Amino acid sequence: MGKVLLLQGNQACAEGAIAAGVTFFAGYPITPSTEIAEIMAKRLPEVGGKFIQMEDEIAGIGAVIGASLTGKKVLTATSGPGFSLKQEFIGYATIAEVPIVIANVQRVGPSTGQPTSPAQGDMMQARWGTHGDHPVIALTPASVPECFTLTIKAYELSEKFRMPVLLMLDEIIGHMREKIEVPDYDTIAKPVRKGPRVAPSEFKPYQADSDGVPPMADFGKGYRCHVTGLVHDETGFPNGSPKATEALVKRLHEKVENAIDEITMYEEYKLEDADIAIVTYGGTARSAYAAIDMAREQGLKVGMFRLISVWPFPEKEIAKLAEKVKVIVVPELNYGQMVGEVKKAVEGKVPVKPMSKYDSEPISPKELLEFVKNL
Amino acid sequence: MEKLIKKYYRPRLPHIWCPGCGNGIVTSSIIKAIDKLGLDQDKTVIVSGIGCSSRASGYLDFDTVHSLHGRALPLATGIKLADPDLNVIVITGDGDGTAIGGNHFIHTARRNINLTVILFNNNIYGMTGGQYSPLTPTDSKATTAPYGTLERAFDVAELAKAAGATFVGRGTAFHSQMLVDVIAQGISHDGFSLIEAVTQCPIYYGRQNKKGDASTMLKTQRDNAVTVEAAKKLSAEQLEGKFTIGVLHKSEAPEYTKQYQGVIDRAQKGAK
Repeated sequence: MGKVLLLQGNQACAEGAIAAGVTFFAGYPITPSTEIAEIMAKRLPEVGGKFIQMEDEIAGIGAVIGASLTGKKVLTATSGPGFSLKQEFIGYATIAEVPIVIANVQRVGPSTGQPTSPAQGDMMQARWGTHGDHPVIALTPASVPECFTLTIKAYELSEKFRMPVLLMLDEIIGHMREKIEVPDYDTIAKPVRKGPRVAPSEFKPYQADSDGVPPMADFGKGYRCHVTGLVHDETGFPNGSPKATEALVKRLHEKVENAIDEITMYEEYKLEDADIAIVTYGGTARSAYAAIDMAREQGLKVGMFRLISVWPFPEKEIAKLAEKVKVIVVPELNYGQMVGEVKKAVEGKVPVKPMSKYDSEPISPKELLEFVKNL
Repeated sequence: MEKLIKKYYRPRLPHIWCPGCGNGIVTSSIIKAIDKLGLDQDKTVIVSGIGCSSRASGYLDFDTVHSLHGRALPLATGIKLADPDLNVIVITGDGDGTAIGGNHFIHTARRNINLTVILFNNNIYGMTGGQYSPLTPTDSKATTAPYGTLERAFDVAELAKAAGATFVGRGTAFHSQMLVDVIAQGISHDGFSLIEAVTQCPIYYGRQNKKGDASTMLKTQRDNAVTVEAAKKLSAEQLEGKFTIGVLHKSEAPEYTKQYQGVIDRAQKGAK
């Protein structure tokens, strides 16, 4: 039997993690994500899991990577300043192919910025925050129920592709309370990690299957794997040759690129006959639903393409959208980040108008309506 | 030793260490301690950071992690807490463990989680070519201190003790048999153990500071190290310029992962 609850986005994220089978959380308190840590501190031991508050943000992600190597599903949560500190380990989990999920509840930045106010200013940091060439998977929930379901989805993707998955909440979504129907957790399929199919003597820890993803052996099972942030070959040991370097970087990218249709998630709202498309995500999408309804009452044909997966960016779908609308508006709580990706995908076929807001307040439906009316 | 090499080393030679480096001696001391205790090789994990000493993890046949610079301890904490049945041994260096990883060092000691940390102290950043570390003695030459270092060095054993470590030991590459024994005691100890392993870097520390070749540096370890027992009989004057080796500190305190099991038990009973 499921339950109907009134939850906050952060709470739904924590509960989604428990429902997905997470048994380990390590993190550090930071506004506006702290509730996730607080809830995990209480909930994890109830289900036999472990919570630890680490000495800093770096240690938080380091500990979850360690726990993931033992086969556990893991979560850490943070906001802007902590997201910056975690970047080096995000790169490590990417190259060493360790599944982890990181929730980043975005606030105004740079630096300490406005800790209690919403922003969507880390979208490019999510993509390019760690150094080097690497793919990224990032998801943006726009409601409390979606915080729950997308968190579970994050584990499916992270375990399947053996990489970090970023849950990019914003303060609006993280702190908003909504009704949510939560199913019985036993009815939720727990994402499974692909394990070795051969004996330890035959096993090469980074030999990928045809999907580009190598099976992963848990620590303590006799496979004696070496995990390193150095460029390595399929044995897992350092190999600095140009051939090994190219093969690794290429495989890391291609395992995501080749599965882009499987990863891509979006919602179309009243787009069928739209002349104007609003492309947005997260908390800003909430105002877009209302603005679109108001605009339609006034005879304007407006619809929304809501990004659910933001990275990898759904270029193909946005290019298709540009074929059927006359103009695209991209409202977001930053100086203009995802709008650049939209422009790239649209390739000049229709005008793409940024609607940037960076004063620490959400974009209201009325503001968005006015913007659309004045196009 | 040949038997130990076959059993515990991966066939990955040659290693990256310079001629005369003491890291091989310290690494073999860890292996001898593991062998002496008869640890299950499949239930033992070695975690290292970045630097010369941290490359040891790649040569040893266990589940091993070569992590980030300074970050071996948080990663090891995650492994140990997630699966307390694993023996977790951490290999770090003076720069990795006490500069960039200094915060993790004190907090992991404070938590008293059952990890055994072997800190290879060669007094210098070797991998990057001879820059000073928090364990470089004052007035030493380094590539980043061409006029001599100004900073005072940590006494890493005292640091660990003050931070709450419940086992602190020190050994040297010269006194390798004793080092094996101290490491074995550290692994057996149920709590956070720190073993400082004094090792020589003739190339990047010795050469700049005219400390002689590897054998001279090993003899210096012999001449300056005083066992804990012998030190008790010496005056402060006689101990000037010396350092103690052996088990320097041992105390009892609740171990973190066992304490956490208590949290689980309480949570599952619905109590706070």
